[in-house]
Amino acid sequence: MPDRPAIWNFLLGRLSLSSLPLDNTILVWTFVVVALGGAALLATITYYRKWGYLWHEWFTSVDHKRLGVMYMVLGTVMLLRGFADAIMMRSQQAVAFGSNMGYLPPHHYDQIFTAHGAIMIFFVAMPYIAGFMNFVMPLQIGARDVAFPFLNNFSFWLTVAGVVLFMTSLFIGDFSHAGWLGMPPVSELKQSPGPGVDYYIWGLQLSGLGTLLTGINFVVTVVKMRAPGMTLMKMPMFSWTTLCTSGLIVVTFPILTATLFLLSLDRYLGTHFFTNGFGGNVMMYVNLIWVWGHPEVYILILPMFGLYSEIVPTFSGKRLFGYSSMVYATASIMILSYLVWLHHFFTMGSGADVNSFFALTTMLISIPTGAKIFNWLFTMYRGRVRFDVPMLWTMGFLFTFTIGGMTGVMLSVAPADFLLHNSLFLVAHFHNVIIGGVVFGVFAGINYWFPKAFGFRLDEFWGKMSFWFWQIGFWVAFGPLYVLGLMGVTRRLSHFTDPSLQIWFIIAAFGAFLILLGILSFVMQIYVSIRRRDQLAVGNDPWGGRTLEWSTSSPPPPYNFAFIPMVHERDAWTDMKKHGYQRPLEGFNAIHMPKNTGTGVVLAALGTVFGFAMVWYIWWLAVVSFVALIAVAIVHTFNYDRDGHISAEEVSQFEHTGNWEPKAQGATA
Amino acid sequence: MNTVAIDTAPAEPRKFLCLEEAHPHNGTLLGFWLYLMSDCFIFASLFACNAVLGTSYAGGPTGHDVFDLPGLAVNTALLLISSVTFGFAMLEMARQRKRAVLVWLAVSGLLAAAFVGLEIHEFVTMIAAGAGPDRSAFLSSFFALVGTHGLHVSVGILWLIVLMFQLGKHGFTEANRRRLFCLSMFWHFLDLVWIGVFSYVYLVGVLR
Repeated sequence: MPDRPAIWNFLLGRLSLSSLPLDNTILVWTFVVVALGGAALLATITYYRKWGYLWHEWFTSVDHKRLGVMYMVLGTVMLLRGFADAIMMRSQQAVAFGSNMGYLPPHHYDQIFTAHGAIMIFFVAMPYIAGFMNFVMPLQIGARDVAFPFLNNFSFWLTVAGVVLFMTSLFIGDFSHAGWLGMPPVSELKQSPGPGVDYYIWGLQLSGLGTLLTGINFVVTVVKMRAPGMTLMKMPMFSWTTLCTSGLIVVTFPILTATLFLLSLDRYLGTHFFTNGFGGNVMMYVNLIWVWGHPEVYILILPMFGLYSEIVPTFSGKRLFGYSSMVYATASIMILSYLVWLHHFFTMGSGADVNSFFALTTMLISIPTGAKIFNWLFTMYRGRVRFDVPMLWTMGFLFTFTIGGMTGVMLSVAPADFLLHNSLFLVAHFHNVIIGGVVFGVFAGINYWFPKAFGFRLDEFWGKMSFWFWQIGFWVAFGPLYVLGLMGVTRRLSHFTDPSLQIWFIIAAFGAFLILLGILSFVMQIYVSIRRRDQLAVGNDPWGGRTLEWSTSSPPPPYNFAFIPMVHERDAWTDMKKHGYQRPLEGFNAIHMPKNTGTGVVLAALGTVFGFAMVWYIWWLAVVSFVALIAVAIVHTFNYDRDGHISAEEVSQFEHTGNWEPKAQGATA
Repeated sequence: MNTVAIDTAPAEPRKFLCLEEAHPHNGTLLGFWLYLMSDCFIFASLFACNAVLGTSYAGGPTGHDVFDLPGLAVNTALLLISSVTFGFAMLEMARQRKRAVLVWLAVSGLLAAAFVGLEIHEFVTMIAAGAGPDRSAFLSSFFALVGTHGLHVSVGILWLIVLMFQLGKHGFTEANRRRLFCLSMFWHFLDLVWIGVFSYVYLVGVLR
């Protein structure tokens, strides 16, 4: 606690003026830029009087499509933040040799790699997959919404609450320097007395709860709300992977919650779970966090596998090769992912038997994954492959991810891992699979489903620019790290002494610069596409899609389907087109839909205040915000009137004005 | 003749839309089950900690020193009986008898409150005797697991009070019946966890 009158310590906890990082020029300038940019954004919204629109149509929306779009925006904003961290690290490592200490002192550098990892996983990759699952899955299974629309909105705002706490740590106090998993004993109170680890804990507790609710929501949605006739084995692959990923979320995120809870007990109440003394056991934390952490990477990659399984058949003009084997591969990956966590720390010293078990289970995962790769290749084989931008990203994925998978098999050999553990080889490997698998998938998916969400295509030229800069930039940035890792260079270093290594880091930094161009091309692609939206306008089915989301207009009406589809075959929309399906233009019924609600925003805002109060030991505020949180939740349960409805006339109007393929009107006449 | 007739009949056009309004099944009970299973994983993590750290006494008191088994027997009985009385409430709901439901719910809530009260008493006694959660990893894991369970029971009591108000106000509407089913599952779930706590943490803890 700061040295000052007790009343200030009561009111502000340990927060004081010295908590502001005014001595750090980089952060001060970042703050200036963020503040100016933020002010400009708020002023623009106010000037165009868009606050009411944003609040009523977006923030309080329980529509899965709107929430999906908001998740994608959140992921993109945080991608820029996470990438800013990345390019700072790359440039620091390219210059910090010998007498040159670079521009980032170790304390700052450590926060940057922690923030980079945590943000990229929790606030880039997770929002992106949540966004895809939200937007696409209910449309694919022919549903009008998810099982729990209010919880869906609440989940999103909890994720935002985590983001707010993480971003606050930039300018008030500091962030954790204990690595993206907050490893003790570094993350214990004795070694990290500052607020950084607390920001990390509360940010992840809030967003983790949101993720758990999303998982439960989507399992129930897939199980209960599929259109008539859509048996599990007729379900589109992306919906299958959504089901498996959601199942994994339900069984793993509670472990993250429990583990961070125990760490916070250590930090707040002086317990001894993971301390060095009094019987604490650091390896208990490492085990628990990886029991969550390994399935987590499959939570990220499985929906991407599903997404590629939609793109490849569409752009090859064929049905997916080996659908059943794809389903079984997904399910077995889901189960195996739970049995491999110890390969993250073969060096723990658990002995040859235990290490062999986990090495074998790890190698086993490559079998279903390999089966998937072959299925995609065989789908393309003898297909009429169209190399549109989504397909380009998919090809980039096949090439990059396969190599990343193979270096993973190398790491799964326990004796080899003793040499490669915590080396840059490992860093190169997981970027190889996460960028090659998840990030490429994100861009493939954005290019693929953007026309469905907004009614116009993304610009092709800038899409290709983005693809090639990313594809080449990735290998230039991470190829050198493989080499350095094999030479024994370890991760998380802010300074090097051996000058012969510098050239590799300079090449890697150049690769990061290429990736920067890739990201800028993506931003440019969005901007150009919005400007040219009239030329790029599309109907309901721009790619010749095969699944139900392409049967409704682009963007889909709030109720998705005027009539719930009836499913007979696997690729339901292809089947409908083949049988000469005619879209009805009359005879509509009124449709029940849930009402929008602001409760999710309020609850998440109170959660953010609670987290901030806990970080800074402002106990009165923590108690007040927590009690308010419970009270608002209880008041919400007294609201029994949650359904509204869309009248038949409104439905008819939507159905006559949406974007549809012109050919339905008989263009040849 | 029959086969010929089938072969020559034009294929019936496939029906691709449900023209009547479809009502999907309510998924709340399944969702709540999934929540309970996820909660199970929180408890599993805490049990795992207790299994690993349960003998890390750091020179401090052991389970044999601090656990009061007769008190525990009373406590366990209170919680298990509250499960039975909650069951009675559910039976009365099936008979649509609102007053009886409210009475049995109140009895269940009081029993659970007594359980929480005894647990707080146990915690206070232990901390006063120098066996607090900061004394050793064993005690940390004990307080975290038992405390988390107690916190769940307390939340259950709060939920029960709110639901009694809602039942009194709106009666057995579909939403209220669903909520009561969820709370019932929550209540029995906590009993099951407690059986794990008392047999593994307390009984095994006294022996090892």
